[in-house]
Amino acid sequence: MDFDLTEEQTLLQDSVRRLLADKYGFEQRKAYMNSEQGWSREVWGQYAELGLLGLPFAEEEGGFGGGAEEILIVAEQMGRSITLEPWLTTTVVGGGFLRHGADAALRGAMVPKLAAGEMLLAFAHTERQSRYDLFDVATRARRDGGGWVLDGRKGMVIHGDSADRLIVTARTAGAQRDRKGVGVFLVDAKAEGVSVQGFRTVDGQRAAEVQLSGVRAEAALGDPEDGLPLVDRVVDEAIAALAAEAVGAMEVAHTMTVDYMKTRKQFDRPIGSFQALQHRAADMLVALEQARSMAYFAALAAQEEDADLRRRHMAAVKVQIGRSSRFVGQQTIQLHGGIAMTMEYAAGHYFKRLTVNEATFGDADYWLRVLAGAGGLVAAA
Amino acid sequence: MELRWTDEERAFRKEVRDFIDRELPKETRERMIRGKSPTKEMVVEWQRKLNKRGWAVPDWPVEHGGPGWTPAQRYIFREELMQAPAPQPLAFNTNMCGPVIIAFGTEEQKKRFLPRMANLDDWWCQGFSEPGAGSDLAGLKCRAVRQGDHYVVNGQKTWTTLAQYADWIFLLVRTDPNAKKQEGISFLLCDMKSPGITVRPIITIEGGHEVNEVFFDDVKVPVENLVGQENRGWDCAKFLLGNERFGQARVGASRERIRRLKAIARETMLDGRPLAEDPTFRQSVAEIEVELQALEMTVMRVIANETKRKGSNKPDPATSVLKIKGTEIQQNVSELLMKAAGPYAWVDGDPEAEGSNQWDVAPDWAYGLAGTYFNWRKQSIYGGSNEIQRNIMAKAFLGL
Ligand SMILES: Cc1cc2nc3c(=O)[nH]c(=O)nc-3n(C[C@H](O)[C@H](O)[C@H](O)COP(=O)(O)OP(=O)(O)OC[C@H]3O[C@@H](n4cnc5c(N)ncnc54)[C@H](O)[C@@H]3O)c2cc1C
Repeated sequence: MDFDLTEEQTLLQDSVRRLLADKYGFEQRKAYMNSEQGWSREVWGQYAELGLLGLPFAEEEGGFGGGAEEILIVAEQMGRSITLEPWLTTTVVGGGFLRHGADAALRGAMVPKLAAGEMLLAFAHTERQSRYDLFDVATRARRDGGGWVLDGRKGMVIHGDSADRLIVTARTAGAQRDRKGVGVFLVDAKAEGVSVQGFRTVDGQRAAEVQLSGVRAEAALGDPEDGLPLVDRVVDEAIAALAAEAVGAMEVAHTMTVDYMKTRKQFDRPIGSFQALQHRAADMLVALEQARSMAYFAALAAQEEDADLRRRHMAAVKVQIGRSSRFVGQQTIQLHGGIAMTMEYAAGHYFKRLTVNEATFGDADYWLRVLAGAGGLVAAA
Repeated sequence: MELRWTDEERAFRKEVRDFIDRELPKETRERMIRGKSPTKEMVVEWQRKLNKRGWAVPDWPVEHGGPGWTPAQRYIFREELMQAPAPQPLAFNTNMCGPVIIAFGTEEQKKRFLPRMANLDDWWCQGFSEPGAGSDLAGLKCRAVRQGDHYVVNGQKTWTTLAQYADWIFLLVRTDPNAKKQEGISFLLCDMKSPGITVRPIITIEGGHEVNEVFFDDVKVPVENLVGQENRGWDCAKFLLGNERFGQARVGASRERIRRLKAIARETMLDGRPLAEDPTFRQSVAEIEVELQALEMTVMRVIANETKRKGSNKPDPATSVLKIKGTEIQQNVSELLMKAAGPYAWVDGDPEAEGSNQWDVAPDWAYGLAGTYFNWRKQSIYGGSNEIQRNIMAKAFLGL
């Protein structure tokens, strides 16, 4: 195991860091967030130039040839700036479905566009009843000639309002909560029968509700009769990226807090001189370091081929990252006092992002239940 | 020792509950069940109804319009309001400034301000904190200089809750910059319409407007609006802050939110079953219920003790226990509510706003739950932060 970055990885990290230092100051971010689109096309274009959008694809397909480690490096930087662009949904999730579920022809048609920033993707899976269960799917897909026609509703589709293509889970067979019979379909967001209603999420991202009535899918990704393994695989990779993003956000929140403790004076001295607060800041560091370790573990675990083992590992990742995010987020607010309760100050935005990050693809409680149900990580003696 | 409620107390609870059921406007109740703050109009309307019934100022002495209730009755009354849920009598008027005027004010001030406070003819706000004076409130700088028959006030207050509604503000100002910190402070009553006052909104992280900055530029305050003696305002402040801490226990409010949580948990699914049937969920709720039960008994003990301490204008350090535990419980309940909503809590904005939920993919009850969780982080910060409460306890109880 080597935790040091290679020369190329260092270059990648530096280039993202420089871009975000230049384009993602707090005020700039606020302007992106408050724009109609909710994020920056300009920055998106620069991600494309740096090769971040095609990061996980093979070079011969027009990608950058990055693996889980490179995703971790980039996601962490994006977390540091709590960026708003649809990178995770397009490159990590959408890209994951293309890598693991699309044939060469489809990849050939899509990857170059995706890498160039001209193809935005969103993953439509949540339904009114499904909560975090990816297999709980009421949306139907029925065979029609050689293709598939979709009917149903999806909510909380992150970046669904700007996506060119939606990746939709729909049931091809079985009952609503059967693990078999879930298919994954590529849908043109402009296709007939698709309506998309965008809204803002509580952490300032964009999302959408999507209604599908008699929509003809462009393609099925993976096995339409048994797509859940594909979904799990892709979501596991997304969880690894989310973990790195959370670590980036926690790092900044923690640094911001400690800096504030050094400068804010009450009772004629810096509040950082109060031992009660010193211990809290130290506990935040413990939580952050545990999370950082787990983000590395996630990058490792995402590459695991044994689906059951991978699932348990990713569950552990979600639990640790969630617990750390909650503690670091809450204490960031508490140690700042009133100032962090305001929209004008960055701390609250980190807290909000960490809160939503924790719950994305299931919160810590949900995954603890999954892990415990699967027997945990250590086998009985 | 007699730990049971008496028959009279039980009858009183019923009387209060019946009154609320009869008189509380439906819109107010529904809005509050959804977790939103009542509007200004709702608060005013309700307080006037209470006032008509003689219940607007439960903690004031009878000669100033109080109902003459026992501490237990006062507790029951507040609990019933919270559980309804109904607005409380406006704390700035009835728990903060009113009691200070009663304890420290002149006969003139009592006559002039108290009846209008009780009827909410004047909405008061609290001008204590400043950018540089939060936990260290005595470090405040807002300056008042006496010139003939008035003070001239210059400086800034911040975090002023609902100043945008306020007719009056009660202020801590520095009148003697050369004295020791606590000894140069005075307590002033200031008309918000006075020339030289500017109110600027502060938007909190969930997007709401409940706090403000208030700027004072050569604002004239008549000398008769000084409460207590000049430079003795800290006594008023300490007295007031003790009352404020007590009010933070909010047992009934937590109980009402737990009821709401349980109702929501029946409507939402986890693992294919209603969340309400999930053992882990039930355990986390039960854990909070246990803490709440203990807190309620602690509140009762503090109330009983209050009767013994009668006449003391010093706050009971036990109120710090109430503040810490009460706010922790409220924050935990707000978090459970958000988590019960799962991903459906992510929709920003108002369910009543057009187009925000036209396809119903997120249930209506999920709106605002994340916002409340974010907003309620304030509870462990204001009213003397929970760290400051621990400092108070370490000093006052433990002699450390
Ligand atoms: C939503 C909201 C509404 C409010 N409404 C009002 C209002 O209506 N009127 C009003 O006057 N004020 C109001 N306040 C202000 C509130 O009382 C202050 O925020 C509070 O006193 C804390 O001060 P501060 O925010 O400056 O934090 P600071 O005092 O700067 O504290 C920052 C951190 O340091 C800690 N700390 C400070 N000193 C110590 C110490 N000695 N030992 C250990 N830890 C310490 C604190 O606990 C906190 O964690 C409101 C605040 C909020 C957030």
